[in-house]
Amino acid sequence: MVAAAMISARPKTAKRLRWAANANAWLLLLPALVLLATFTHYPILATLYHSFFSLGRSGPATFVGIENYQAMLEDDVFWQVLRNNLVFALATVPASIALALLMAVWVDRKITGRSFLRLAFFTPTVLPMIAVANIWLFFYTPDYGLLDQILRFFGFSGHNWLGDPGTVMTCLIVMVVWKEAGFFMIFYLAALQTIPPELKEAASVEGAGRWYFFRRVTLPLLMPTTLFISINALINSFKLVDQLVIMTKGGPNNASSLLLYYIYEVAFNFWDTTYAATLTVTLIAILAVIAITKFVYLDRRIHYQ
Amino acid sequence: MSEIVVDAVSKTWGGVGGVDRIGFKADAGQLLVLLGPSGCGKSTTLRLIAGLEEVDAGTIMIGGRDVTALSPAERRISMVFQSYALFPHLNVAENIIFGLRVRGVGRGERDAKLRKVADLVGLSHLLDRKPSQLSGGQRQRVALGRAIIAEAPVCLMDEPLSNLDAKLRHEMRTEIRGLQQRLGMTMVYVTHDQTEAMTMADRVILMRDGHIEQNGAPHELYNEPASDFTARFIGTPPMNIIPWKDQLLGVRPEHVVLMERDGLPAQVRAVEYLGADSIVLCDLEGETMAVRQAGYCSLQPGTKVGLGWDNRHIHLFEKDGGKRRHDGARPH
Ligand SMILES: Nc1ncnc2c1ncn2[C@@H]1O[C@H](COP(=O)(O)OP(=O)(O)OP(=O)(O)O)[C@@H](O)[C@H]1O
Ligand SMILES: [Mg+2]
Repeated sequence: MVAAAMISARPKTAKRLRWAANANAWLLLLPALVLLATFTHYPILATLYHSFFSLGRSGPATFVGIENYQAMLEDDVFWQVLRNNLVFALATVPASIALALLMAVWVDRKITGRSFLRLAFFTPTVLPMIAVANIWLFFYTPDYGLLDQILRFFGFSGHNWLGDPGTVMTCLIVMVVWKEAGFFMIFYLAALQTIPPELKEAASVEGAGRWYFFRRVTLPLLMPTTLFISINALINSFKLVDQLVIMTKGGPNNASSLLLYYIYEVAFNFWDTTYAATLTVTLIAILAVIAITKFVYLDRRIHYQ
Repeated sequence: MSEIVVDAVSKTWGGVGGVDRIGFKADAGQLLVLLGPSGCGKSTTLRLIAGLEEVDAGTIMIGGRDVTALSPAERRISMVFQSYALFPHLNVAENIIFGLRVRGVGRGERDAKLRKVADLVGLSHLLDRKPSQLSGGQRQRVALGRAIIAEAPVCLMDEPLSNLDAKLRHEMRTEIRGLQQRLGMTMVYVTHDQTEAMTMADRVILMRDGHIEQNGAPHELYNEPASDFTARFIGTPPMNIIPWKDQLLGVRPEHVVLMERDGLPAQVRAVEYLGADSIVLCDLEGETMAVRQAGYCSLQPGTKVGLGWDNRHIHLFEKDGGKRRHDGARPH
């Protein structure tokens, strides 16, 4: 009798225990969950909701379906900032990655002043974008900026670097590469240090030179890091627009404007909040596609373990 | 042919560690084992031969060629690392043919060699796997395959079996030795496991604190240890060594007998039963004496026994320095 009672009681206890463990886990997650829901998930849904309504400056907002999206597709400025953003991404991502890798390989070797070099390369990362933008604003200033002074020294004439639609994008790209590369270098450096030194020794016994080893061993082993960095760089290229506020305000004539900066302008200069919501949903969709590509597709292909 | 001669080689890092003026010769086609406790300089010696470290002084010859100043690749050796050093992103086949690819060997020759070597090390069915999908023993065989595919006449191994279980270790021991003899390689094999050394080697070099303690065939190290250090290092359990007059007296556990009457009075402390035999640990005037007894031994701790041995089984060592004495006065 007693034994039977105990046996029948056991599954119940187990269930209760599991329930307690689950509740415990959820309680631990609760603070983060609340914060995420209030400040991330809810705003995203609210934005999506607003993007289907009219502005309602005169009278109540009415449901307009995909009208805002249609307007967006007919907006020339939207297409221009999207194109700018793509150019910006395609230029900054590979360049900053290549530079980061180069610097990491360089300071990973046993050279004198190694710690100093590492610090020097890392410094741009520590500076806020606003400060960096101000420094580079001085470089690019027409006539008495650093760049023009150097050019003048060699007998060339000055140039309004940020005022010319033909050069402004390149100027911003160079600056962002300079700022981002140091940060990515740290990741590469960490990854390089996880590669066991015996691999190098084994390769050298087999007769592999430095370049062969780099191409056939180091580079493939750094692939997960490269993937991680490129996704981050890509997302950053859509997220980082502080420099525009300081340096160009998107000008001249939207030549340097990026999607996020355009959203800011539409929302807080033109006060067209529903159109801003529409653009924001588009930006979130782009970022989501990038993130999903990483998690679903690339992760599976590149990880070798 | 491809014998290795190490002559008065030294290597230290700022005066500490490393090896100090070591010299020895590994004959062509022989398996030479570097044996010794942790930190005695075995790996350093091997890496010096491989060219992964530069010598401070001395010369290294391989196959009659002075290779002291040559790079690892120019020394035409192969090496198996303790951690295997397999390339994690390459599959088994690519790992094995890594060196052939470096040297630009043609595809046909590469494939033929790969097939032969994969057969030899028993990996033919695993060629597409990544190292992370292999067991320890299989990884070890990949490392072995990579080392032998180039058919370099000299193969160096740094504790290749140290992270395998006992059974696999025994199998691989036999396999490596068989392979070495079949291919006629000159092999230098580092281990701190004296069983491995004794069973595989043609010649054993016992090292201690960066110098060579004894260099000889396995039976020489066992039967005529040149010092009390060798005597204590070789054999399980090691030789019993007790102070006697102004020297040290050593006698192997299998040479000590338990006697009914007379003999040196001792007391049983513990009995270790090993299956085929038992080790009786006795207390002899404060010293521990191990006695090997065939089969099971039912002596209880505390039993009084007498210990005896034959004079011809005695080894004598100097009290300071521990050097073997060939003359010294014998007891009884
Ligand atoms: N790169 C190095 N820098 C400084 N000291 C070193 C270096 N390599 C080895 N040593 C020192 O040299 C001595 C011999 O080292 P070695 O690696 O040859 O030992 P080992 O016999 O292989 O030991 P183990 O069985 O533990 O592998 C040690 O005292 C070690 O601290
Ligand atoms: Mg070692």
